[in-house]
Amino acid sequence: MSRVAVLKGGRSLERQVSLKSGARVEDALRRLGHDVDEVDVGQDLVTRLTQNQPDIAFVALHGRDGEDGTVQELLEVLGIPYTGSRVAACVRASDKVLAKHAMRDAGVPTPDFFAFSEAAFKGLGAAKAMPAISSRLSFPLVVKPASQGSALGIKFARSATDIPAALLAAFSYDDKVLLERYVAGRELAISVLEDGGEPQTLPIVEAVPQQEDFYDFESRYEIGRTRFVCPAQLEPAVSERAAQIALDAFRLLGCRAFGRVDLMLEADSSELYVLEVNPIPGLTETSLLPQAADAAGISFDQLIEKILASAT
Amino acid sequence: MSTPGGRQPRSAAHEIERYAALFADRTSVMKSSAMRDLMALTARDDVISFSGGLPDTSTFAPGFFTEIMGRVASQYCAKALQYGPTEGLDSVRERITEVMAAEGMTADPDWVLPTTGGQQAIDLVCKILLNPGDIVIAEAPTYPGAVPTFCSYEAQVIQITMDRDGMRIDELEETLARLDREGRRPKFIYTIPNFHNPGGVTMSLERRRELVRIAGERELLILEDNPYGMLRYEGDPLPTLYSLDPDFVIYASTFSKILSPGVRLGWLVAPPPVLSKLILGKGSTDLCSSSISQFFIAEYFASVNWQDYVRSLIEIYRRRRDVMLDALADQLPGEATWTHPQGGLFLWATLPDYIDTTDLLARAIQERVAFVPGRAAYVDGRGGSSMRLNFSGVNEDEIREGVRRLGEVVREQVALYSTLGGQPAAGKGGGAQSRANQSGAGLAEPAPAKTVASDRDALAQVLPLTRKRAG
Repeated sequence: MSRVAVLKGGRSLERQVSLKSGARVEDALRRLGHDVDEVDVGQDLVTRLTQNQPDIAFVALHGRDGEDGTVQELLEVLGIPYTGSRVAACVRASDKVLAKHAMRDAGVPTPDFFAFSEAAFKGLGAAKAMPAISSRLSFPLVVKPASQGSALGIKFARSATDIPAALLAAFSYDDKVLLERYVAGRELAISVLEDGGEPQTLPIVEAVPQQEDFYDFESRYEIGRTRFVCPAQLEPAVSERAAQIALDAFRLLGCRAFGRVDLMLEADSSELYVLEVNPIPGLTETSLLPQAADAAGISFDQLIEKILASAT
Repeated sequence: MSTPGGRQPRSAAHEIERYAALFADRTSVMKSSAMRDLMALTARDDVISFSGGLPDTSTFAPGFFTEIMGRVASQYCAKALQYGPTEGLDSVRERITEVMAAEGMTADPDWVLPTTGGQQAIDLVCKILLNPGDIVIAEAPTYPGAVPTFCSYEAQVIQITMDRDGMRIDELEETLARLDREGRRPKFIYTIPNFHNPGGVTMSLERRRELVRIAGERELLILEDNPYGMLRYEGDPLPTLYSLDPDFVIYASTFSKILSPGVRLGWLVAPPPVLSKLILGKGSTDLCSSSISQFFIAEYFASVNWQDYVRSLIEIYRRRRDVMLDALADQLPGEATWTHPQGGLFLWATLPDYIDTTDLLARAIQERVAFVPGRAAYVDGRGGSSMRLNFSGVNEDEIREGVRRLGEVVREQVALYSTLGGQPAAGKGGGAQSRANQSGAGLAEPAPAKTVASDRDALAQVLPLTRKRAG
């Protein structure tokens, strides 16, 4: 039995999801016989961890602070073993710009993109370069904040005139944004779970939007609006390749214990592209990692036990 | 090895499949979780929130509250703890007619149905009138809390533009004529004539007359939602639709804004055949509204002149409204417009169309200020650059500070937009004018002195009114 502090909530935009993930993790840990300290992460985090001296911190945070290496850095300083990826991997994976550069350099396929900071527009007149983007990436483009984990702030630009407002929206969430070629096709999520220190892929989940406005990201992950199919119905060769790409991306960014890699299978070309790697994917009732684990015969409690065992 | 509920966890995949198949179609039209997550952050302690619809209950004397509840306990103990009639207590129904009389209405207590808050009034009307796919006509924007109710009954909501005189009757008539041609007919017209939530405008007398005329001629029901009518800060009261012609009006109001939302008591007044259905509907929903609350209301009204308390609220809210109007004039850039409410709790501000107020809210929360993004008041994705601001639930200093923070965020967005290569409209007047001309709409425009409305965002365009300090 260990004393486990479950870190959840926080002040990110994904606070609500994190609270749900955390509550579910706490239930599982109690069933597994652990002593659980529920920590809604805030000003008193360090004080609380110093006082309570947990054996392990289970990081069930999503988005800013929790998934970007901030909390992990604190845990390193305090010498508390924690679950999931370490600081450097969190920094790389949560920043889509860093992650995509790394993938492009390493030959892991990811949609073509350009990334800009707010400073580039303010200090270097980057706006004047926008017309040139039109000739380098075809429309529609997806404009997104570099570090936002939920659907907020992601906009389509159908033409050059849409770009400024789309950038403005994305800059509401981060001072770095990317303009990415839109890949039309099937959405695949591949969860990765380490087994004996070796990352393994779980069955692929496909998200199938139901009669939705194609361009409305915000409503896509509502129950009843998107159907999740697991395992996804794919040609074996495609599944294998997708799994290999997901593992490549996971390893490339240095992720540990578990994670989820989101890919697109392009309709026209049948090519696969990595959109992002989530170092701490959701663990709620409707999240994709638990669903994929279940399809592989791994119960939620077993999943939590495996993640906990990987903490150092 | 058991969950708190004593159950073993079910397998995740089966869980999702099981529940997904069980959810009613109507749940798929509810608000996105991203928006919910964002709104949840506005509750943080350090955030000055203009997003609630909260009346100020802090001036109600605790001693008086104790006294009333003490009397409820000593005089009505067993009854207060018991179920009551679905139709509500007679004493409460009489008090309701008294409140209505203060607004110039005559109602028979037998036509009154107390409800569990004004929200239940809307829900019950939908429940007894709407089949899936039925049409409801509402204002654009409409009360954000009504949208999920309409959606949960699978209504098709058609929103009619408002200008400074409320719902545009010409557009309503055009819409009704179009529906006629399609062989369709709305079930009811939902309107908030006084101090609209979220629009902040009041329907003119002329339009009130036209609206009840249309309802009478076409035998359509109107749901008149009047939670704020007593909270007038300037100008003369206008007759309610119900007082103009009760035959086709279902009237809804509430104790929430004149006393307390915590008692969860509102009411409906409807023609007897409609009322009997409403009573059946209420019975199946909650059997009866809280007996404790009803006894509280009855005792409260028996103890004091209730209008004195309302007058004290009016004083507080009028000052807060003025502080907000002044602060907006000082802090928002010239491209922004907003309504000047003569009463109620809300005003509606519209920013340049390149600003999406949902994304702006994420920035604003970082600067510790919040509002309701305009999109929440539409079913069709409009309202993206507007926001609802509440001035009743925040004290004057906080209003000044909150608007200062908001102004900073908005000005920063305006400046950033041109840095990003955006082409801001030359001037709001010019923009509004040209769009209005393009629309070519023969607007039922109230007076030539007022600005012309465009077809789409009439509120945005018609109301660049408040560029000066409130009087």
